[in-house]
Amino acid sequence: MTTIPADLKYTKDHEWVRVESGPDGDIATVGITQFAAEALGDVVYVDLPEAGSTITSGETCGEVESTKSVSDLYAPLTGEVTEVNAAVVDDPSLVNAESFEGGWLFRVRVADGLDDLLDADGYRAVVESA
Amino acid sequence: MTRQTALSGIHESLGASFTDFAGWRMPLRYGSELAEHHAVRNAAGLFDLSHMGEIEVVGPQAAALLDHALVGDISAIAVTKAKYTMICQEDGGILDDLIVYRLEDDRYMVVANASNAETVLTALQERADGFDAEVQDRRDDWALVAIQGPEASAILSELTDADLPALKYYAILETTVAGRPARLARTGYTGEDGFEIFSDPADAPAIWEALSTAGAERGLIPAGLACRDSLRLEAAMPLYGNELSTATTPYAAGLGRVVKLDKPGGFVGRDALAAVSEQPIARVRVGLRPEGRRAPRHGYPVVDPASGETVGEVTSGAPSPTLGYPIAMAYVDQALAEPGTRLDVDVRGTRVPAEVVALPFYKRSR
Repeated sequence: MTTIPADLKYTKDHEWVRVESGPDGDIATVGITQFAAEALGDVVYVDLPEAGSTITSGETCGEVESTKSVSDLYAPLTGEVTEVNAAVVDDPSLVNAESFEGGWLFRVRVADGLDDLLDADGYRAVVESA
Repeated sequence: MTRQTALSGIHESLGASFTDFAGWRMPLRYGSELAEHHAVRNAAGLFDLSHMGEIEVVGPQAAALLDHALVGDISAIAVTKAKYTMICQEDGGILDDLIVYRLEDDRYMVVANASNAETVLTALQERADGFDAEVQDRRDDWALVAIQGPEASAILSELTDADLPALKYYAILETTVAGRPARLARTGYTGEDGFEIFSDPADAPAIWEALSTAGAERGLIPAGLACRDSLRLEAAMPLYGNELSTATTPYAAGLGRVVKLDKPGGFVGRDALAAVSEQPIARVRVGLRPEGRRAPRHGYPVVDPASGETVGEVTSGAPSPTLGYPIAMAYVDQALAEPGTRLDVDVRGTRVPAEVVALPFYKRSR
């Protein structure tokens, strides 16, 4: 059974979001779920949005490639990208090994879209119907 | 109805991820397909290939029937030897690629791809008309385990009395493995040395477990279909459905050497293939090395950067685990097929420059 941490938010596209409130507003850390990482197989390349760019909820903002397949990355939120995980660009296997920790992909200053995210139970239902 | 192999329970207990492949529930990977790929290149991998389709052709005219039904010179295969060949339609289109083993003077084993086994069986039965030979469906009688990699021979030698150094590439013998009767062939689909072990399905779990145990300290791990695909791509071995189809002839696939046009009595597809062999081929199979890290995939258009026109299509592509960069096979216009030619691949809307390179991408050092 795949791990679905209760303290994270999710999208139906198998991304997870950790929201932390700061002085500048909400900052969301985004990654792909363990379920998605396992389905993809060994991730060998990630193409991420650039820091400073603005992404729009639901639109393609990058891609994740394994030996077997490639998947688009959809922006889970609207906002400005504040940081990209250089470690995962260097070593994409972190997406498989530490999906919810060291395998995070990028951070976004949240402008919109938080209310559309799923909670852990909502995401579990997505996984179980997959 | 999805079928499972005699090793299904073992795969479950190893925690395999499964995929549906040609109606079979097959292990895709056990852990990391990259680790499995590297194990086959550097040590050894153990594969369940029981979905492959075994067909036997038996009788005084078995050789004559196969000469008629297949494109290769099957009667010329020596007993205990094997040959890579194809079965084509009347129009020269490829129905399947096959390995044919000559077990006895009057007995051959034809191994077809799982996805085409029914088609091949039917075609052979139809083409057997008038020959004193019988085409037997033996798919349920054989399990198939492959051990592939530079350590394969050392590991297997602990479990068989067969003279492995004497068993040459593309040869087969009857022996025992782990005390179980088996047909042992030195064949594979990975670009490495290795063996394929045909056994009674009831004996397959014991053979698998014995190889796992004997191979553990030499680095053998179970290996799934995901790495089988990346391994065969590096070795530039064609995959039916990607590089080969009824729309392709052996010549376009760069495999015209398997066609023996001047067999006495001809063969099914002979006239069409003879015509093709005399004409320039529109599109031929090439290797591509794209720039950057994004891999072209099956079906992506290949574009001439000078004219912007589509001049081909990618048939297989992936990031190569051994080489560390993406590789692809494609069919492109003959005029643009020379190694060194600069082409573009349309990778999901972005033009990625790629250079035509010689195949295979990977060749083991002997």
